[in-house]
Amino acid sequence: MRADVVVIGAGIIGAACARALAREGRRVVVVDRGAPASATTARGEGNLLVSDKAPGPELDLALEAAAQWPLLAAELAAELGDAFPPIEYERKGGIVVALTEAGAGPLRAFARSQAAAGVEARDLTAAEALALEPDLNPALTAAVHYPQDAQVQPVIAAEALLASARRAGARVLTDAAVVGAFRDATGRVTGVRTDSTRIDADAVVVAAGPWSGAVAAALGADVPVRPRRGTVLVTARMRQRVFHKVYDGDYFGATQSADAALQTSSVVESTPGGTVLIGSSRQQIGFDDRLDVAVLAQVAQKALRLFPFLETVPVIRSYGGFRPYMPDHLPVVGEDHRHPGLWYATGHEGAGIGLAGVTGALLSAQLTGAEPALGSVIDPGPFQLSRPSLAPHLEVP
Amino acid sequence: MSSVLVIGAGPAGLAAAVAARDAGARVTLLDSGDGLGGQYWRHLPPQRPSRREARLHHGWSAFERLQGRVRGDDGIEVLTEAQVWAIETAAAARSAGGPAIAARVLIGPSDAAGRESRRLTADAVVLAPGAHDRTLPFPGWHLPGVFSAGAAQALAKGERIAVGRKAVVAGAGPFLLPVAQSLTSAGTDVIGVYEASRLPTLARGWLPHPQRLLRTAHKGLELAGYAAHHLARRVPYRLGRAVVEARGDGRVEEVVTARLDADWAPIPGTERTVAVDAVCVSHGFTPRLELPIAAGCAIGPDRFVLVDADQRTSVGGVYAAGEITGIGGVDAALVEGRIAGRRAAGGEAPRADLRLRRATTDLARRIETAHGIRSGWTSWLRGDTVVCRCEEVPYGRLRAAAAATEQTALRSLKLTTRAGLGICQARMCGRTVEELTGADPSRSATDTSDRRPLAAPIRLGDLAELATPPNGDSA
Repeated sequence: MRADVVVIGAGIIGAACARALAREGRRVVVVDRGAPASATTARGEGNLLVSDKAPGPELDLALEAAAQWPLLAAELAAELGDAFPPIEYERKGGIVVALTEAGAGPLRAFARSQAAAGVEARDLTAAEALALEPDLNPALTAAVHYPQDAQVQPVIAAEALLASARRAGARVLTDAAVVGAFRDATGRVTGVRTDSTRIDADAVVVAAGPWSGAVAAALGADVPVRPRRGTVLVTARMRQRVFHKVYDGDYFGATQSADAALQTSSVVESTPGGTVLIGSSRQQIGFDDRLDVAVLAQVAQKALRLFPFLETVPVIRSYGGFRPYMPDHLPVVGEDHRHPGLWYATGHEGAGIGLAGVTGALLSAQLTGAEPALGSVIDPGPFQLSRPSLAPHLEVP
Repeated sequence: MSSVLVIGAGPAGLAAAVAARDAGARVTLLDSGDGLGGQYWRHLPPQRPSRREARLHHGWSAFERLQGRVRGDDGIEVLTEAQVWAIETAAAARSAGGPAIAARVLIGPSDAAGRESRRLTADAVVLAPGAHDRTLPFPGWHLPGVFSAGAAQALAKGERIAVGRKAVVAGAGPFLLPVAQSLTSAGTDVIGVYEASRLPTLARGWLPHPQRLLRTAHKGLELAGYAAHHLARRVPYRLGRAVVEARGDGRVEEVVTARLDADWAPIPGTERTVAVDAVCVSHGFTPRLELPIAAGCAIGPDRFVLVDADQRTSVGGVYAAGEITGIGGVDAALVEGRIAGRRAAGGEAPRADLRLRRATTDLARRIETAHGIRSGWTSWLRGDTVVCRCEEVPYGRLRAAAAATEQTALRSLKLTTRAGLGICQARMCGRTVEELTGADPSRSATDTSDRRPLAAPIRLGDLAELATPPNGDSA
């Protein structure tokens, strides 16, 4: 089989890359060892957040994503029509809440630094916060409103991106694991071998989320992505009583920490299905997916601090997944400086759903040299594997 | 003295508890129901005893004997209204010694506040959670007056409530007959029992090697008893016919039945309309696999827990008995329970039981051959037939989503359509959704409707209380 680009991984990142490349006229083959949109993509909440990001390259990417999602959602809806389920894009906004005196100051200071970087962030009085979220714990000490935070149903969004990629000519091979690379005499990657076929290509993109390290190893390279487990609780359906994405102020600390031990902070929100999603824990325990009651209990306890009324609400499901964690908290979107022809779009940790569209555009722009179809040009520099902050984590610098 | 935890107090669990006790173990027996006996021996609560139980239940004396043993033995702790909501296999569970699993249990009326929380471990665990009804959807099956046969029987046996004045029983399998009998005992006029399988299929399951069937004589006698009951009451028992639609204004007023071909597809022109106010439907049983899956037990290609001749699962110290190892009925459950209980307590299983088990395994195979679901049933569906009742997902939407996404994996289809995401967590519709979307759960151990890490709903408040270490106790 011959392609211009092979994309490894049919999660939302691979789907977005395939779509962007196919719409630039590249012949794309997407390969997944299982089924599309069934691993990390199917195990998160669908967050499109700016509120949890400190000023820097990831926030720049998130701001661009926040601007692009409405356009992307409209494009997909127009292209795929009524037969396709809606991706449930909603710019519902986020409210970050501090519940301790000690937490109030840092939350406001953080919001001010974000505002200086272009984030819409507005301090709320307790009365304003309770007007937006009447069932919020009235003992809050600070609250910040982030109207740019949005929500999407991640599996439908990934399936929509993939369907759009197919319409632009991409092929999707499922249940096909990549087991090795082909290289030319100079060492340039010229294709992949799966367990059932050979695909020759000018470029190979690794978009395998937390399994990207294993895929890179199979291709004779390395990328320092590690799995980080997250756990989410789902309640029974109920009348809507939560209207925004509501987080406690600890959320920022948990996402930015490298501490392997369990960290939890609350993210509480309603879904169009009528359930309430409660996240989120972060644990570095490898690919261990066994249920741990202590983790669920901590997630529940923190959610009750935000919304005491949830105490009597039944939790009907818990799901956990692995997020692709990078040691310097930035995704990798670009070519491997040591292995020409080998590209990455991975390492987004919990932000991959929100950053999928811009990641596809950023990868495609570098790989094809074309201007991105949507939005403005993002500097790809900070997202290269060759950045200094990753040097200590690469086997071959 | 060794300890054995038995989860489920139906025939298999009761037999396991007594056998483990006989072999010298200290036993904890728990069940989510408010009494012992499970679905098979469901009966009126002790405050309202009835002398008719013996006539209503097969093997009632066996139940009374088992119940008497477990209730009267200080070495057996009995916990009713005890819901296992999670099985832990993490390192924490192992620290107490014994098998690498611990059961998290809430004790008290379900949905009530302030249920007691316990974490149970033991040297060995016997899983006997049983099965629930499998009901195939058909147009109108959401109407009030349509019951799963199990629910109808539970009302009749447990509450003495008749589901209607005039009813039909339809579906497949030997369960249809006892259900019809329970209904008539509760005062319902059963005007027809419709078995979907046709005579040649039934013969293929039931006729070969009749001498083997004789070894499970109890089951033969039980079925003969039902047949006599129906002959006496002149209830017509029709083969190769199904209820393909229920109709009515706000509740069931009539049903349409049709003859089926060998593949269970309705044969056009054979429809008949019958006026009824209740329909009870059963197409077999789905084993309750969430606990064995959470415990890490290997599941076979036929989607039952894999056990060896001693009822041992693939997880050390964990045994399985009853319907989760194959739908074999009460005799199979009893013998498997006895073997599992004995072995879990470190004893030897009697040779007679091991022989009997081979015969009951044969019976389970016969039931599947004779009454197993055939693929043609999907042709009685319409686009607006609701497949997932919790989330009200119609067949048409499911098919459209599968086509639009070119998806066959269950996880994605559930999340794009919400089928199976509701309060029952796909217990009712999971297998049906898999079948209708072409999903292949054998592809991945995790892409199955049987996996539920949270085995029962738990209030957020109850969950939060566990953040402080619970009163760790061992069975």
